[in-house]
Amino acid sequence: MLPPVEVQTLVTRLIREDWGRILSSLVSSIGDYALAEDSLQDAVISALEVWPKQGAPRHPDAWMISVAKRKALDRLRRNATATRKEAELTLWLEQHQTDPENTPMLITDHRLELIFTCCHPALEEKSRVALTLRALGGLTTAEIARAFLDKTDAMAARLTRAKKKLRDAGIPFKLPEPEDLHDRTDAVLRVIYLIFNEGYQASDGQLTRGDLVAEAIRLGRILTGLLPDHAEVHGLLALMLLGESRRLARQGQGGAFIPLELQNRARWDRAKIAEGLALVETTLSMGRAGPYALQAAISAVHAQAPDFAATDWAQIVALYDVLYTRQPNPVLRINQAVALSYADSPEAGLTLLNSVEAEGKFARYQPFHACRADLLARLGRDRDAAESYRAAIALSDAPAQAAFLESRLHALNAP
Amino acid sequence: MQYICLIYNAEDNGPQPGTDEFGPYMQAYVDYTQEVQDAGVMVGGNALNPVATATTVSVRDGKTEVVDGPFAETKEQLGGYYILDCKDLDEALKYAAKIPDAKYGWVEVRPIMVFD
Repeated sequence: MLPPVEVQTLVTRLIREDWGRILSSLVSSIGDYALAEDSLQDAVISALEVWPKQGAPRHPDAWMISVAKRKALDRLRRNATATRKEAELTLWLEQHQTDPENTPMLITDHRLELIFTCCHPALEEKSRVALTLRALGGLTTAEIARAFLDKTDAMAARLTRAKKKLRDAGIPFKLPEPEDLHDRTDAVLRVIYLIFNEGYQASDGQLTRGDLVAEAIRLGRILTGLLPDHAEVHGLLALMLLGESRRLARQGQGGAFIPLELQNRARWDRAKIAEGLALVETTLSMGRAGPYALQAAISAVHAQAPDFAATDWAQIVALYDVLYTRQPNPVLRINQAVALSYADSPEAGLTLLNSVEAEGKFARYQPFHACRADLLARLGRDRDAAESYRAAIALSDAPAQAAFLESRLHALNAP
Repeated sequence: MQYICLIYNAEDNGPQPGTDEFGPYMQAYVDYTQEVQDAGVMVGGNALNPVATATTVSVRDGKTEVVDGPFAETKEQLGGYYILDCKDLDEALKYAAKIPDAKYGWVEVRPIMVFD
């Protein structure tokens, strides 16, 4: 018999590592996502009650599925106003009950179907993110709410709406048609990248936010296993790993933001860099590089530079040109202007930056003003730089970013 | 599952009667209707007369009020609909995207509620 503490650990680990696989298998057999999720939650509660008394089963994952199917049947029977579809499901479940103690079953992995369902374009984007974290990551509603600085009630309502739409609108639990696979995979990658950025850009140093980064990387890894032939899947994982490799170095004391230029590169995570670089090579060898692969390649150039001055800026400028042809987004020109200011001169960077100001509608875009401030300061135009720093500070969401810009502003020789 | 595809467009947007584009546009509807019929998904569908012919009725406290015009005075108006029987939303969205007016306006896809 297991002491309660160990049961708790076992269950927590099972949820951490296997929630998505178990849930996807359940959804594929019983069809209804919301019912599958509720029943699996019931099974988890049962495990916490039963396992300390009877000992953990030999196949905890199979146990969860067997018990969840029984719980699904209980839930359906309690529901007095069953539809025809529910009545059919009740009958099916009655005929497909298994002994939780003694059924080593082959659990087929349907996580790919599950992730495509959660990231379906018919769902609102924020709901896709929340549902993916819930279904694939096994995060609780409260954890998701905390990570997005939302109220638990609001997040619960959002998830309920999304699950209702899955069922009532007939969003299918299946892989997309071949002709849609490319666009639908992009939608999945976008959700994972949103999760990553939500954690990465939170410079408030909250641990739960950092967990989002780890969660996004974990989802990225799962996806590389499920879609090994899709180059951008590897590209996104590389991009996230290389970004995350600098996490410790980009945060100073009290959560202060440290820009790339001033980071102590000894604090970069070499293991993540090595993995990221290998993935960049993989993805670039798979043919025409997509936007994630190209962004990862840019990040890789930084990762390979021994120090800021030794960065191959010309290479970065060139990569931004290729990226711009794939994604003609004026925001890219801001980053390119920074690279150009080092590859060529701050004047060249400023010229490029000014050329996209109108096109990009950058009047209220913080990175534009922060970039211009830096270029002007390096050109010795302190008065103009101060003006841009003030604009950037006013537009900063993260206190750490604002504090950093304040320090730059004070270092200027301007009134 | 049955889905209704509600076709919204501004009445002065897209091919207009009397222009060269109008013939092919009407033909595209004939072809589309044939396609959904042949695929066995067509349940029904109709084009509606312009919104200038609309009358809106409401009953409050037993009193019927009749007002000239559509329920909501928006630029885009409901111009027609198809009801399609599809296996899931993905299939419904595929057919919705082929409705000729999807190129000029919007097609709202709503599942039809089932009572059983």
